[in-house]
Amino acid sequence: MLLRHTTAEEIDRKALTINPAKTCQPIGAMYAAFGIHGCLPHSHGSQGCCAYHRSALTRHFKEPIVASTSSFSEGSSVFGGSANLLQSIETIFSVYDPEVIAVHTTCLSETIGDDLTQIVSKADEDGKIPAGKKVIYCNTPSYVGSHITGYANQVAAMVKFFSTATPKKRNVVNLVAGWMEPSDMGEIKRLASVMEARTLMFPDMTGVLDTPLTGKYEMYPKGGCTTEQLKTTGDSKFTIGLGEYSTNTACIALENKCKVKFEMTDIPIGLKATDRFITALSRHANVPVPESITEERGRLIDLIADNQKYFYGKRVALFGDPDTLIPLCEFLVSMDMRPVYVVSGTPGKPFEERLKTILKDIPEAKFKGGELADMFRMHQWIKQEPVDLLIGNTYGKYIARDEDIPFVRYGFPIADRAGHNFFPKTGYVGATNLAIQILNVLFDHMDRTCAEEKFEFQL
Amino acid sequence: MENKVLKVDLSTAREELIEIYPKKVGKKRSKSIVVADPDNIPEIQANVRTIPGIITQRGCTYAGCKGVVLGPTRDIVNITHGPIGCGYYSWLTRRNQTRPGESEENFITYSFSTDMQDSNIVFGGEEKLKQAIREAYELFHPKAIAIFSTCPVGLIGDDVHRVAIQMKEEIGNGINIFGFSCEGYRGVSQSAGHHIANNQLFRHLIGNDDTVKATHKFRINVLGEYNIGGDAFAIDTLFEKCGIQIVATMSGNSTIEQFETAHTADLSLVMCHRSINYVAEMLETSFGIPWMKANFIGADACAKSLRKVGKYFGDAELIARIEAVIAEEMVPVIAAREKAKLKTNGKTAMLFVGGSRAHHYQELFDELGITTVCAGYEFGHRDDYEGRRVIPSIQIDADSRNIEQISVKRDVERYNPRKTEEELKALEAEGLEFNQYDGMMAEMKKGSLVIDDLSHYEMEKLIEKYHPDVFCAGVKEKYCVQKMGIPLKQLHNYDSGGPYAAFEGAVNFYKDIEQIVCCSIWKEMKAPWENEEYVEAVYAAV
Repeated sequence: MLLRHTTAEEIDRKALTINPAKTCQPIGAMYAAFGIHGCLPHSHGSQGCCAYHRSALTRHFKEPIVASTSSFSEGSSVFGGSANLLQSIETIFSVYDPEVIAVHTTCLSETIGDDLTQIVSKADEDGKIPAGKKVIYCNTPSYVGSHITGYANQVAAMVKFFSTATPKKRNVVNLVAGWMEPSDMGEIKRLASVMEARTLMFPDMTGVLDTPLTGKYEMYPKGGCTTEQLKTTGDSKFTIGLGEYSTNTACIALENKCKVKFEMTDIPIGLKATDRFITALSRHANVPVPESITEERGRLIDLIADNQKYFYGKRVALFGDPDTLIPLCEFLVSMDMRPVYVVSGTPGKPFEERLKTILKDIPEAKFKGGELADMFRMHQWIKQEPVDLLIGNTYGKYIARDEDIPFVRYGFPIADRAGHNFFPKTGYVGATNLAIQILNVLFDHMDRTCAEEKFEFQL
Repeated sequence: MENKVLKVDLSTAREELIEIYPKKVGKKRSKSIVVADPDNIPEIQANVRTIPGIITQRGCTYAGCKGVVLGPTRDIVNITHGPIGCGYYSWLTRRNQTRPGESEENFITYSFSTDMQDSNIVFGGEEKLKQAIREAYELFHPKAIAIFSTCPVGLIGDDVHRVAIQMKEEIGNGINIFGFSCEGYRGVSQSAGHHIANNQLFRHLIGNDDTVKATHKFRINVLGEYNIGGDAFAIDTLFEKCGIQIVATMSGNSTIEQFETAHTADLSLVMCHRSINYVAEMLETSFGIPWMKANFIGADACAKSLRKVGKYFGDAELIARIEAVIAEEMVPVIAAREKAKLKTNGKTAMLFVGGSRAHHYQELFDELGITTVCAGYEFGHRDDYEGRRVIPSIQIDADSRNIEQISVKRDVERYNPRKTEEELKALEAEGLEFNQYDGMMAEMKKGSLVIDDLSHYEMEKLIEKYHPDVFCAGVKEKYCVQKMGIPLKQLHNYDSGGPYAAFEGAVNFYKDIEQIVCCSIWKEMKAPWENEEYVEAVYAAV
């Protein structure tokens, strides 16, 4: 057994997190920064943070993840990291020449209390920031929230440093992307383009973390939201936030700063969340929903109807991030599956509130968010009463193997399977991909474990 | 075949690599770039701070301590005291395999953290840490619990060592609890973490159990072998074949028992000099166990290392058995090597990785007829490049001074020199070297380039200018290099391959490198219509 010390019997844990269902803020800030064109993320702290975040993102995306660090020494930890950041800014612009440096803090620089506003102004006064270039920053203390909080803070910084309201309003709807795959973003942009809705997505990792291999390495690939585009988000007529945890701060900031009103929707994962997104986009961009999208929806319904006996009543355990777990659970319920155990290490009220509603007809459902909502706890629940399916990131494979549960990889990080960068999980097409993946792991499990006389040609 | 290294003119490389840097940065970087000359080994700047803003391969002290040295041991509950990230990123990411028996403990698949919150930063985290230890004990009843400090712990003044003592007392039942002050900001790289880990291993584990659990007459330790991809398994199998017992491997596939009895071995072999030389030295000083540098990466290096062990014990039967094993093992090795060499001979490699791998893997490449034109460590010291002879002349800077140096004394009761001074001298006369390492540069071809703490920019430049056939580094570099159309072989995690150690490992490596240099897809980077001739041909046809 891989997790041989996990037993069904729970104790009242107050301090020890075991097998976390979250990680720390700065990695989220680093990921979001790749959604700006020509941006180099910079980690203000010790080297290890930057190295760990780069490695973790690289294992997931299988793409260049390049970021710099303030390389704190013991001296900087005592005297503050101002000199390190000033030196970093100078070095980065001369050697790596990005359009934007996106600085985020770490638990080290936050505990010391480095004042980024003051340090960056000093860099500007000293002429260390070349004309036309920009240094933006956000505070991402690792001891608050999770990687999702860090992502949200970086996205809010994009608004803070770029969004500008001018008298010239634009007939554009901002789409603020929550933490999802570049393929998911691409699918949402495709839907908008099929609807002929004028939209602007930020952050936008398409074309940055899914680049072709050509023999030429581009440190700053073609994709990403340009600083010019980010500026214009202040002139857009409306904003749709995709995922409350990862985009609410930015949406509020944009409304306050540029008076752009917003509607918060879920990341369009599954049938109903996509329905709501399409409806919202149609309304706010003032465009009709074309027949082709209704057909995509119909094909998803067709697939679910054809296979409903396999979905019906299946008990599912899930772990991951609230912005994906909420619509994901809703999708499972719409296919008559039963999400019975759900954990997310990311703290915040909406998770439990939304799940209470979504899972109201599943009285046996247990869910928990925030501190100590970890995979160990979920595994203990599974030991108490097993499930038919597990959905979560690659760390779930240890539970899946021990308990022999069909397993669908979803979320971050996926370090052991290909495809998340190619097959979106958003929109109707994405929901179809997801439903197919679920079916196939259930079928594979049946075929592998059933008695020979029950082994069937057709399922 | 003509050696490709001669065709690569690196004479202007240093200037080209540093020209873009601001003047001060360039001046500093230039000291870390030297041209190798085995007859007159140059001085290289190493183990110094990375310049802020330079994109580096390096990680932190915590990674070196918790991730590298303690990570591969399976029966200690390793609790990371800090915010969640550090424990998360060091969870199952290093491929150090372990093989516990059915009923044995294995905590490697778990990540334990105090998940410090802002209130813990403000009011201190010691109470939460104590509670976490209580809960770990209640749940798992482990033999030992270790605590790893992350950056904020040192800053807010949590005393993990005091907590360890208090909790050891509170829990009782013979539990061993100890802490590591391995905050990420200490030192300049992972290397500081290795040192801190070595110190605490010696203080809290090594020598705790005097029971001699002998299965064989010849008993050794293998130090600095972390069982990535099963390397330690391959070494275990090999030594078993030779009739030699490995008392402790530090720390691949290891257990507390191995650490506790390591002082009962009669010889230590040091694989990764950088990460474990401190323990090797302390075992020698305290208990009288000499150490020799060994290398099981590369079949010839492996045979050489085995023969050294034979010579050390001086037992005719053992020597004969080792020779028989080498002869037997070399048959498939030679066959695989000859086959791979048809494809690999004359190619070039660049190796920028770790603290010993950039040296050891040159042997394997040599065996394939591949020349290492550039190499460097991520966190090596001058002695890893120039040999231990330079240690007395290394200036201790502020960053190194902050790392605790423990000086151990001869253990009054248990010091037992395994060889007398005379015996050691006689063995030295026969070519054995004790407590010595000659470093990477002694074995590099004249004119090749050695770069410490390679930056992202320098990496790009090297590849652009010198087009190696294979570049070796880690996961962070992999996809950047491959976008340039050059295959990258990961030498931290072996790209899910391995083992690469011992004879069976050499065969695996030959096959994997043959696969890399023969990979067809690199030829397809350009679409047919991107080729001018193609376009003209189409027009002509029209």
